[in-house]
Amino acid sequence: MNTILWVILWGAVFTYAARVGGHLVLSRFDKIHPRVEAGLNAVPAAVLTTLVAPAATQAGPVEMIALVVAGLASLRFGMMTMFLIGAAVLIGLRQVVG
Amino acid sequence: MSAGSISEGAPGSEVWRGVKAGLPVVVASAPFGLLFGALAVDNGFTPFEAFLMSASIYGGASQMVGLELFGAKIAPWLIVLSIFAVNFRHVLYSGAVGRRIRHWPPLQQAVGFFFLVDPQYAESEVKGARGEKISFAWYMSMALPIYVCWIAEAWIGGTFGNLIPDPHALGIDFLLPIYFLGLVMDFRDRPFWLPVVATSAIASVIAYKTVGSPWHVTIGAAAGILLAAAMPLDGKRDNPS
Repeated sequence: MNTILWVILWGAVFTYAARVGGHLVLSRFDKIHPRVEAGLNAVPAAVLTTLVAPAATQAGPVEMIALVVAGLASLRFGMMTMFLIGAAVLIGLRQVVG
Repeated sequence: MSAGSISEGAPGSEVWRGVKAGLPVVVASAPFGLLFGALAVDNGFTPFEAFLMSASIYGGASQMVGLELFGAKIAPWLIVLSIFAVNFRHVLYSGAVGRRIRHWPPLQQAVGFFFLVDPQYAESEVKGARGEKISFAWYMSMALPIYVCWIAEAWIGGTFGNLIPDPHALGIDFLLPIYFLGLVMDFRDRPFWLPVVATSAIASVIAYKTVGSPWHVTIGAAAGILLAAAMPLDGKRDNPS
């Protein structure tokens, strides 16, 4: 088997293991400790932040403006609207600034 | 609309709700699906291998990291390890969503966990936090359109990759952070949201600049989660969402 296929298949196995593993471990406990639950409740915001913050520190002014406008838009609108506003600002400014 | 009609949920409306929840994801991920296919072929993949990677791993960020490392000629097992590191957050998703789908038969659970990508997790949490039941029909109706488009895009991007005239002008490199920011904001009603986000932001930036990618995801997330777990338990307990 060539290296690419080997990496893809093992990558898939490990990824599925991660997706099913958290449940298999936690479902062994009848009651979830409140601190574990508090931690689990924080998971989405914590993880998703790590996908935004480093990108934001690398961003130029155009990207920063798009991000801030999108963030403000999210206070008022739903996900789709917020995303389209952010994308429009980003693409619009890049046509001008380059 | 009464609460009863929501939690009972006729199968048809559950399907429609699921499709609707997935639609923004289909649109937002399309550029990345295509871009992945194009980059994969750039890195020596065949269009079929690009398709296979999207179909079997099904995790955009980890696929991109995998490609990046292929280009860097790193030992194969290290690439697998990096893919796992990027997707390790799914352990946490699995634990959280697993609580909400205990009523599914085991086989449905086994299938469902395969599709547990970031937006699938986020939408399931949002729905669960509203007190609605996560049905298999809703979950798969959200997951399948995203999945089918994602793997089709890998193949299309791999086959017609060089047709994107100017990715920079189209903002493709920065659409993902905007999308993820939207998801972060979706969770702003959670207890300790601001301290968690601030901690994870600072920790991930420091890790990104010192340890490097992809570990900033694991390290940054761990910092925020530990902070939330260490916070005083009293006071906010009666508001579990």
